[in-house]
Amino acid sequence: MAEHKTLATTGNSVVAEAMRQCKPNVMAAYPITPQTTIVEEFAGFVAKGRTDCEYVTVESEHSAMSACVGASAAGARVMTATSSQGLALMWEELHIAAGMRLPIVMANANRALSAPINIHCDHSDIMGARDTGWVTFFAETAQEAYDNTIMAVRIAEHPDVMLPVMSTLDGFITTHSIDRVDVLDDASVSGFVGEYRPKNPLLNTEAPALHGSFAGLGGPFFEFKRQQREAMESARTVIKQVGDEYAQISGRPFDVIDTWGMDDAETAIVVLGSTAGNARHVARELRAQGEKVGVVKVRVWRPFPYAELAAALKGVKAVAVLDRAESFGAEGGPLFLETRSALYDAEARVPVVGYIYGLGGADVRLELIERVYQDLSDIAAGGVAPGSLVYLGAREEA
Amino acid sequence: MTWDISKMDEWTYQQFPPGAVIPDAGNSNDYITGGWRSERPWRSDEKCTQCLLCWIVCPDSSINVADEKVTTFDLDHCKGCGICAQVCPVDAIEMVPEGCELPEVK
Repeated sequence: MAEHKTLATTGNSVVAEAMRQCKPNVMAAYPITPQTTIVEEFAGFVAKGRTDCEYVTVESEHSAMSACVGASAAGARVMTATSSQGLALMWEELHIAAGMRLPIVMANANRALSAPINIHCDHSDIMGARDTGWVTFFAETAQEAYDNTIMAVRIAEHPDVMLPVMSTLDGFITTHSIDRVDVLDDASVSGFVGEYRPKNPLLNTEAPALHGSFAGLGGPFFEFKRQQREAMESARTVIKQVGDEYAQISGRPFDVIDTWGMDDAETAIVVLGSTAGNARHVARELRAQGEKVGVVKVRVWRPFPYAELAAALKGVKAVAVLDRAESFGAEGGPLFLETRSALYDAEARVPVVGYIYGLGGADVRLELIERVYQDLSDIAAGGVAPGSLVYLGAREEA
Repeated sequence: MTWDISKMDEWTYQQFPPGAVIPDAGNSNDYITGGWRSERPWRSDEKCTQCLLCWIVCPDSSINVADEKVTTFDLDHCKGCGICAQVCPVDAIEMVPEGCELPEVK
């Protein structure tokens, strides 16, 4: 195991630290709550000479990701961070970064999208970027945000992948709360991520290349999308390899899903991000009362770990999926849809209930999680599942 | 490096460079864009004064010139934009619809 120090610090602070340790050549970023302190701390590293990264101050997130795309095509290791409206403003460049196969690493502080105006946590922003072709991680804790950021570099730059990677952490809950974090020493991190060796850098005048070419009018656009699908599928293997290697220096095992109590669980909650902690807390209390409950936390959102999730949920009698984002008009939230799809090929038909919770930072109180487990317990005992979708904790007329 | 794209229309997705990168320079001439055209230019040798204004303005370098005189149009790359016909000071160039009976190309 590598040398490490234990800090009491915030998610944003350790994401900035992880980025510094990964030695990016270029960062182009624009501040937005609750991400600002990531790029602010990184700007501090630049000012103090603790990194030789070229820091580009831009006029918007649209420009930030455009500058990242240009710098990455030029052959640089590139990072940035954003949140909410900023991620939304980057939307077209997110597709471009993935389509051009540029290994940009970005942190996203998960936050609601307007309207009404709101600055607090939910996953609406990141779910809006779901189909842009980025490998996407969710962190529960500041520690996971730190670890994911470092692993993201290796995954993005792997020759079988060459895709941008987003490392997300929940706005304010994980970005701003003081948490206990083990931080590796600089040499271990730089040794782990290594040097980025781009294949066709624009700045290599000895071997001129063109990035951002045209593939329309009967051209091979369709074949390029097929390549992207293949790269995302390859990421499944690469993520596991990189996770195993990282565990050797960090001492923290990594898998695409994290399970608690699933060996003999009769009911389970599937969840993304910081709420996994609330779910485990309640599950632990229910276990102490003899209830066989479990929690599955999905750590990698794209590529979605459908096989691992289906295996983890094998044998349960009822499943609840907690979604911190809406997909208006769909049968449930994005994680609900994935989970139901993952379970379609399972031998036994298991009831899956969708819950929307915590939009715009609405409190996720423990009694809400208890209610979910109570619903599951009723269903497992032969009761009727609640309607197709429950707005967990929203005030409503009975 | 010489990048042979003559059979590109038959390539599988595995054969394309990832991310649509073109890993070689100076090969745009190999990419035939003339099929995009709906009208082709036609030039009257009698009217033409050989001022070469069309050669200057053509965005696709599709006015072929020899010994400082316009000879033909490069129809492999001309996209039929009609700028040459617009700028010609003596109306020596006309745009003729593709798919009709065509005058001899000059």
